[in-house]
Amino acid sequence: MTPRWRVWLVGMLAIAVIIAGIYFPVLKKRLRQATPTPPDSEEQARRELTQTTPANSNGPLTKAKLFWSSGAQDGSLMPVNVDLPLSTNPTLRAKQVLNTLLAGPADARLRTLPPDAVLLAFYMLPDGTAIADFSEALATATPSGIASEQMAVDSITKTLEVNVVQVRWLKILIHGQEVDTLAGHLDLTRTFLVNAKAAPMTSATTAGGDSAKPAAATPSSKTATTASPKPASASPKLTPGTPPGKLTQPVKKP
Amino acid sequence: MRNKASDSLQGNIGINAFVGLGSIRLALACVLPVVLIGGHALSLGTARAPQGSNQPSMAQSAPPPSTSGQAAPGTPPGGPSAQRQTPSIVVLDPAHGGTDLGARGTGGVRESEIVLQFAAQVRASLESMAFQVMQTRQGNENPSFDDRSAIANSQRGAVFVSLHIASTGLPGTVHVYVMSDLPGANDANGLIPWDRAQAPFVPLSRRFGDMVQVFLAQRFKGSPSTAQAAAVRQLRTTAAPAIAVEISRISVEDRNELDRMVPGVADAIARGASAFRPLYVVAAANPGDRP
Repeated sequence: MTPRWRVWLVGMLAIAVIIAGIYFPVLKKRLRQATPTPPDSEEQARRELTQTTPANSNGPLTKAKLFWSSGAQDGSLMPVNVDLPLSTNPTLRAKQVLNTLLAGPADARLRTLPPDAVLLAFYMLPDGTAIADFSEALATATPSGIASEQMAVDSITKTLEVNVVQVRWLKILIHGQEVDTLAGHLDLTRTFLVNAKAAPMTSATTAGGDSAKPAAATPSSKTATTASPKPASASPKLTPGTPPGKLTQPVKKP
Repeated sequence: MRNKASDSLQGNIGINAFVGLGSIRLALACVLPVVLIGGHALSLGTARAPQGSNQPSMAQSAPPPSTSGQAAPGTPPGGPSAQRQTPSIVVLDPAHGGTDLGARGTGGVRESEIVLQFAAQVRASLESMAFQVMQTRQGNENPSFDDRSAIANSQRGAVFVSLHIASTGLPGTVHVYVMSDLPGANDANGLIPWDRAQAPFVPLSRRFGDMVQVFLAQRFKGSPSTAQAAAVRQLRTTAAPAIAVEISRISVEDRNELDRMVPGVADAIARGASAFRPLYVVAAANPGDRP
């Protein structure tokens, strides 16, 4: 090989390297755009699968009021208006607002619920009791503490109160089961008062819930009726109306 | 001022017992005499409460707690009586323990450990005010919610204080929580369900919580002035005036910030308990009953 050919060969190789160097980032970018981004976690993947399509996705937008943290560090909540194509069916409507609540506000610091938590199911009973079944992340990722757990539940109940007028009580399940506490403090064996003046449910409005209701998702009549707090209108008494006598034995849970 | 509900129950005679047999436990109201016999606890006592009621009651409307730390001036109506006494037992509950670490802060700080430190100081402050203190745990064990409640439920006239460190909240503040409203229906046999043992005590707990919160608010700026209601699991099964005290917060950068709060929290709780003591009247024990 003559020196002249050698120079040509080296020159051509150098040009090829330069062209490759310029084209490689463009190729990498196109590849990234073409590949679907995997979800950050299993919970997020499940959320994508279980997320309900808005019933009125083409319908008019309604201003929903969602309650996230005010940021004041005192456990207070702040209503935020979000435009959503809300369904008229209370069950679907509740799913829409709760899924939006779980998705979180623009400022992640104002979240009240863990980002990985998923609403697995939501039912409405004829007496106005709503049953919300969340994934385990709600229990495992909510910061432990009375204030933080109370704020999480308050954000759910207040959001339901304002946006779904048919909900009177709320029962929270974790993965289809009744659990003792949310994250070690707040009692989840009880139902929470959402709206003492809830609108009555009609047979038409009860339709739209998850079709297959798991047995565990239905609270016992004892829980639903006796563990429910009385409406706030009940007059306070210094001593109870019924005399405290004896205590039954504690129920041992398996 | 006497309470109408209390007055309407004058003349009631209470029969109360506490029965424990292995894992089977039947606790009958702890506001009246209890006798322990061997490994089994059994008691039957009749007592006429000072105001004729076998219910926990307040002696009178509570005066605002004094800042001096002395018991609020509140002699029960009718003056001292052999049939009434004010409680002197405080059941202290350092929350969590064992495998349950509670809230965790930066640098490996654990709620289950810090609450023990707080409990030791609170205990010392209470004992200095002539309270008898019982703890639900001394070390790194984790009794169940029911086991913790049972300690208070087996005492006549005890008050219950559960100690917590929050994950969130304004650092340097302290919140007192009392059980939110709980229906108190007895079952067909006249028994109070264990899982709603707090129901008859909610008004007393609220008063107790408010008193402790006032003293805490004086010491820790930014703390609320009254106790807040929350569905705290530990309080639900406790048949006594019961509060949960939550200190903010575990994730402070400097652990010393929490340590500096210990004496103030202890003193405020002791003062609150002392101010509440004359307002909580329970029936006196019968001669021969367990002290």
